[in-house]
Amino acid sequence: MQIAMENGTIARTPPPPTLLAGRAAVPGKTKDARSRMDDNADGATAPDFAKKIEAVGARQDKQAFEVLFRHYGPRIRAFMLKRNADRQQAEELMQETMITVWKKAALFDPARGNASSWIFTIARNVRIDAYRKTNRPEFDPNDPAFVPDEVIPADEVVQMGQSAERVRSAMEVLPPEQLQLLKLAFYEEASHSAIAEKLNLPLGTVKSRIRLAFAKLRDALGERP
Amino acid sequence: MNISHHIGDELLLEYATGALSEGWSVAVATHLAMCPHCRARLAAMEATGAQLMEGIEPPPTTETDEMSWSLLSERIDTVDQETSGEKPIRYEPRKERTVPEPLYSYLGGNPDEIKWRSLGLGAYHFPVKLGDKSTSVRLLRIPAGKPVPEHGHGGRELTLVLSGSFSDANGRFGPGDFEETDDDIEHQPVADPGEDCICLAVTDAPLKFKSRIVRIIQPLLGI
Ligand SMILES: [Zn+2]
Repeated sequence: MQIAMENGTIARTPPPPTLLAGRAAVPGKTKDARSRMDDNADGATAPDFAKKIEAVGARQDKQAFEVLFRHYGPRIRAFMLKRNADRQQAEELMQETMITVWKKAALFDPARGNASSWIFTIARNVRIDAYRKTNRPEFDPNDPAFVPDEVIPADEVVQMGQSAERVRSAMEVLPPEQLQLLKLAFYEEASHSAIAEKLNLPLGTVKSRIRLAFAKLRDALGERP
Repeated sequence: MNISHHIGDELLLEYATGALSEGWSVAVATHLAMCPHCRARLAAMEATGAQLMEGIEPPPTTETDEMSWSLLSERIDTVDQETSGEKPIRYEPRKERTVPEPLYSYLGGNPDEIKWRSLGLGAYHFPVKLGDKSTSVRLLRIPAGKPVPEHGHGGRELTLVLSGSFSDANGRFGPGDFEETDDDIEHQPVADPGEDCICLAVTDAPLKFKSRIVRIIQPLLGI
C-alpha cells in the first residue's frame, strides 16, 4: 500500500538550519571524492564544478572543460565499466558523455540541481541509448501542459547547490545492505526484481530497503516525506 | 492539480537508474510532468546516483586519461554547442494541450482528437504504439459510473488519470493520480459518476491478444 505512505503534498518548507549549514555540517570527510578531486585546485578547496559548466556554456572555456574532464572522465568511464562494457566501449561512452556535457553546458541550471547530478543524468542517458533500442520517455519543462514547480525560495536554491554534500553524508550512514541495493540499482541498472534475484532476497525485502534508504536520504535533503 | 497518489519509490528508482522500459516510463514521465512533488523525489534519487558515480575510485590510468583528453579536446573544436534541447518539440502557441509530454506526442494529439475504438457499452480505448513490445500502453475512456475494464489481470499495472476520476479499494483517483497494482489484487475500479474517466493504462504485454480482448469485454458484458 504505497498510497498511504506516499500521501504527500508538496512541502516547500525550508529545511532546518543544521541541514542548510551544508559543508560545515560534514567535517572530517577527508577520504571522500571531494578531497581527491583537487588536482586543479590549490589543494585547499575543490573546484566549483557548477561554475566550470557555466564557463563552458557561456564562453566555450576549454580550461574549465578540462577541469570537468579530469574529475568526471575517469569516474564516468568506471561507471560505464560497471555495466558489462569493455574498456573500449566504456571509453567511447565516456567520450560521448563529455561531448554532450560540452554541447549542453549552456542549458545547465544550477537552481535545478548540482553539477554531479546533471552530469550523472547525461551519463545515464548515454548508457541507456547505447544499450536500448527504444526511447526513454521524458517530461519537457518547456511544454505548455507541464505543471511547473512552485517558486523556489532563495534559501532553497542554496540548498540545491549543497545537496550533493548532504546526500553524500547521508549515504555514509546508510546501513550497508541498503547501500548495496542502491549500488546495484545505479551501477548495473538493475530492476528491483533483478536485485531480489541476484541477492536471493524476497521482493518485499528489496522494496522495503529501497523505501527505507530513500526516506533517510530525503530527510537529509530537507524534503518532507 | 491536487494529486494525492504518487509514484512508489521502487518504480521511481527504476526510472532514475534507467532500468524501466519504455512502456512503463510513459506513465511515470507523464505523471512527473504533472507533479512537482515526484520531480523533487526524482531529483533526490538522481543526486544519489550521482554520488555513487562520484564515489567510484577510478584506477590510476593517467596515460589513458591523457589520450582521452587529447582526443576530446580535438573533438570539442568541431561540435557546436546547443542553446536549446536536442529534440525541441514545436509547440504551436495557439493550441491548447490537455495532456503533457511525453504522452501528447505518443498520442499524436489531445484525447479528444484521437481515434477511439469502441470496447462496447460506452467504453473506448486507444492503443499507443511504441518500440517496447514488452508492455501494452493505452488510453481508456470509461463512462461515468461504469467499471473500468480489465482488473486483477495479474502482473504489474499502472494507471494514470487524465480527466474524471475512478474509485477502487485503494481510494479515489482524480486527475494526475497514479496507481500501481501488482499481482492478482482484485481491485475493481469504477468511474465516478458525473464525468467520463480518461486514464492511461500500462500493463505487461498480453501473451495472447485474443484472450485479452475477451478479458477486456468480459466485465462489461457481464459474461
Ligand atoms: Zn507525484
